[in-house]
Amino acid sequence: MSGFLTRRILYGLMLMLGVVVLNFLLIRLAPGDPAVVIAGEMGGATEEMLESIREEYGLNEPVLVQLGIYLGNVIRGDLGESFFFNQPVAGLIAQRIGPTILLVITAQLLSILLGVFLGVLAARKPGGLMSAFVSVFATIGYAVPVFWTGIMLIILFASVFPIFPVEGMASVKLRDAPWYVQWADIAHHLILPAFTLAIIYLAQYARLSRASMLEVLGSDYIRTARAKGAAERTVLFRHALRNAALPILTVAGLQFGNLISGALLVETVFNWPGMGRLAFDSILRRDYPTIMGVLFFASAMVVVANILTDLSYRLADPRLRGRT
Amino acid sequence: MTYFKSILSAALLSATALTAPAAFADGGTLVIASTQVPRHLNGSVQSGIATAIPSTQIFASPLRYDENWEPQPYLAESWDVADDGMSVTLNLVKGATFHDGEPVEAEDVAFSIMNTKNNHPFQSMFAPVDTIDTPDAHTVVINLSKPHPALLLALSPALAPVLPKHIYDDGQDPKSHPANSAPIGSGPFMLEEFTPGEAVILKKNPNFFIDGRPMLDEIIIRIIKDPSALLIAMENQEADMYPFMAGSQEIRRLEKAEHLGVTSDGYAAVGPINWLAFNTKSEKLSDPKVRQAIAYAVDRDFITKALHRGVSSPQRGPIIEGSPFFDESIPAYDVNLDKANALMAEAGFGDGMDLTVDYIPGPKEQQQSVAEYLKSQLKKIGINVTVRAAPDFPTWAGRVSSYDFELTMDVVFNWGDPVIGVHRTYLSDNIREGVIWSNTQQYSNAKVDELLNMAAVELDSAKRAALYAEFQQLVATDLPVYWINALPYHTAYDKRLQNVPVGIWGSMHPMDTVHWGE
Repeated sequence: MSGFLTRRILYGLMLMLGVVVLNFLLIRLAPGDPAVVIAGEMGGATEEMLESIREEYGLNEPVLVQLGIYLGNVIRGDLGESFFFNQPVAGLIAQRIGPTILLVITAQLLSILLGVFLGVLAARKPGGLMSAFVSVFATIGYAVPVFWTGIMLIILFASVFPIFPVEGMASVKLRDAPWYVQWADIAHHLILPAFTLAIIYLAQYARLSRASMLEVLGSDYIRTARAKGAAERTVLFRHALRNAALPILTVAGLQFGNLISGALLVETVFNWPGMGRLAFDSILRRDYPTIMGVLFFASAMVVVANILTDLSYRLADPRLRGRT
Repeated sequence: MTYFKSILSAALLSATALTAPAAFADGGTLVIASTQVPRHLNGSVQSGIATAIPSTQIFASPLRYDENWEPQPYLAESWDVADDGMSVTLNLVKGATFHDGEPVEAEDVAFSIMNTKNNHPFQSMFAPVDTIDTPDAHTVVINLSKPHPALLLALSPALAPVLPKHIYDDGQDPKSHPANSAPIGSGPFMLEEFTPGEAVILKKNPNFFIDGRPMLDEIIIRIIKDPSALLIAMENQEADMYPFMAGSQEIRRLEKAEHLGVTSDGYAAVGPINWLAFNTKSEKLSDPKVRQAIAYAVDRDFITKALHRGVSSPQRGPIIEGSPFFDESIPAYDVNLDKANALMAEAGFGDGMDLTVDYIPGPKEQQQSVAEYLKSQLKKIGINVTVRAAPDFPTWAGRVSSYDFELTMDVVFNWGDPVIGVHRTYLSDNIREGVIWSNTQQYSNAKVDELLNMAAVELDSAKRAALYAEFQQLVATDLPVYWINALPYHTAYDKRLQNVPVGIWGSMHPMDTVHWGE
C-alpha cells in the first residue's frame, strides 16, 4: 500500500512539473506585452517606465531563463508576485482557494447525492415515469452550457423573483452580523452557483447510477435478498447501491478536474470570489505569475483528488488492496 | 427536523436582511458598485477611475474643486500664485494628521508632488515643477521652470494625493511600494480591508481635519465585474451607488427603478471621448482629404441617437464639450456623401480603397457596434472596411502602440486640463512607439506643437482659450482623430442618499459630505 502511494505521489509530482513547464510556455505564446498592459492600467507611460517595468518583472530575460528562474522559485515555495496587484501570488490564491473549494465540494456532493438518488429511483422501474424523467433531464444537463444555465438562473431567481443574491459569496452589509447569520448568508449565496455547477454532473451521475443499478439489480444476490423478504428500501440502498457505487466513485474522481474548470465559468457568471475568476481576469491582464500560480494550485487539487480516488477505490473494493 | 428548521430560519433571516431596505444608524454604510478593478489604492503613481475612487477617500490633497471649476481649500487653507506665474505658495491647515496619527506637514506635500511628478503616467501634470521649498511646517512653495496654469487643477484629490513621507521615503520603488495596497492617508476615510479584485472597505476617519466630516461611517467599494449582476445588485438594494455607468440599456433600466436616481452630472473633468483615430503615416490615410472624406461620411447623430439610444452626446473636437476651453465654432462635418466622394477623388482614391478598423475591447455599444456601422457607412464612399476585433486589451494595445493599424476606435480622457489629457495625443514629441495613449496617430504639425506649448504656459485664461481655439480649428482640419461622442457616463444612486458626488470629478472626489437622508 505504501509503495503504491509513494508511486502515485511521484507520478503526481512529475505530472505537475510537466503542467508548470507547458503552461509557462503556452502563456508566453499569447500576443500582448504585460508591460504595455501594466502601463495601460496606469493610464499610459513613457518608454522609460515601460523599460523599468520589464526590468522589474524580469521580462527582459530570454523565455528559458525566465522558466528556469520560475521553477527554482516554485521549488522554494515562492510563486512570485502578481504583475497587476504587486502582491504575492500565494496571498491572492490563499484569499480565493477557500471559496473555490467550498463551491466545488458543494457542487460535487450535490451532484453525487442527488444524481445517485435520482438514478436509484429511476432504476426501480426502468420503463417508468421517473426513468424517463432522468433520461430527459440527463440529456438536457449534458447539452446545456453551464454559463447559460447560470445566466438563466440569475434572471429567474435573482431578477424576476429576487430570492437569491448575485453579489459574490457574502453580503458586505452583513459583515458584522453574528456568525450563524453570516453562515446562512454564505449558504444563501452558494445555492445558485453550486446548483449551476452541479447540474451537468448531476445528470451524469443519475444516468450512470441508473445503468449501474440496473445491472446490479439483476444479480442473483439481489434476488436472494428479495426472496428473504428484505424491504425494498434495504435491497436498493444497502445491498444494490454498495456494489453499484464503484463506477460512480471512479467517475467522481475523474470529474473533479472538470468541476474545477467548470467553476471558472460559474465563478465568473456569479461573481464568486474564487480562483477561477482570478485566473480569467489574470489571463486578460497577461498577469503571468498569477495565471501560473492558479494553474499550479488547480493541477495540485486534481492530482490530490485522483490519488484520493485511487485510495478510496481500493478501500471500497477489497480485491484491489493486494495490487500495487 | 428541528435542526433543519433552525437552518431554514437562519437562511430566511439572512434572505430577509438582504432583500429588505437596510436601516442605517448614525452615518451608515454606502456600498458603491463598480466594474473597475484597482491594481492598488495609491493615485500618486496610477491614473484611472478604479484607483481614484478609493484613493480620493483615503488621501487628502492640497486643493479640491467645486462644480464651477473653482479651486477650494482642502489641505491648503489658502494659496497664492506669483504674478509672473513662476511659483505657487500653499499655506497648509494646522492640525491635519495622517491615519496613523503623524502630522501632515509641508515636507509631506513637497515629497508627494515630486513623487507624483516622477512616477505618475501623466508626466505633463508636474513637469514644470522645478524645486519645492518648505520654509516652515505649514508653507509649501512650488517653484516652476515656466508658468503652469494647469498646476492648480493638478493639485486635485484625483491627481495629487498627499502621501506620508515617513512611510514612502524608504528607498523602495513607489510604483510597487507595499503601502500602495495598505495606504495611510489623511483623507476622510481609512482603509479597513482591501481584497484585490473583490472589495475595498473604508471606515470613517474620526480625526479628519474638517470638523463634522465625514458623515458616513463606512464606504464599501464592491467590485462586480458582470454588468448584469451589478444591475440586479442595484435593483435589489445590495448596492447603493453605481458610478461610471455607460451602457444605454443599463442607464434606461436603472432609470425605471423607483428607488434610484440616475444623473449624467459629475464627469466634466473626466472628459471621456470615444473617437476614431487614423494612422497618419499609412499611405492610404496620410492625405487629410481622405480623413475628411471619412468624417463627412459618418453620421454622429445616428451613432448617438440610434446606436447609443440617445444617452450619449456628439463630440466635435479634442476638448470635451462643456470644458471652458471647448471651441464652439470648429467644423462639425455634417454628413455629406457627395462632398466625401469628391474628397476621395481629389485624394486619388476615386476607385475606393480597403481599410481595416480596430477597436479597443470594451462595451460593444461604444466600440464594436460603431465599428460595424463605419463598415456599412464607408462603403458608400468606396471604402471597403474590415473590422478587426482584438480578444483582449493587450492584443489591441500591442497593435496600436506598434502602429500596426489603419483606423482604430479608442476611448481617451481629457483629465481636467488640456495639458494633462489632450496635449499627449497631438504633440509631435509624444510620438513614442510602444507607448499606448501617446501620439499613436504619429500626427505632426509644427503649428499645433507651437500653440499647445504656448497654451501650456499662458496664465491669462482668455488668451489661453484663444490659443486652444486655434489649436482646435487646426486639428479639426487635419483630423488625425475623428471625435465621435462623449461617453455617456452616468451615476445611479439610492434616492435617499444626499450630496451625491456630482462635481467636476464626480466620485473621484472626497465623499465627506455624502450622507443618508430619510
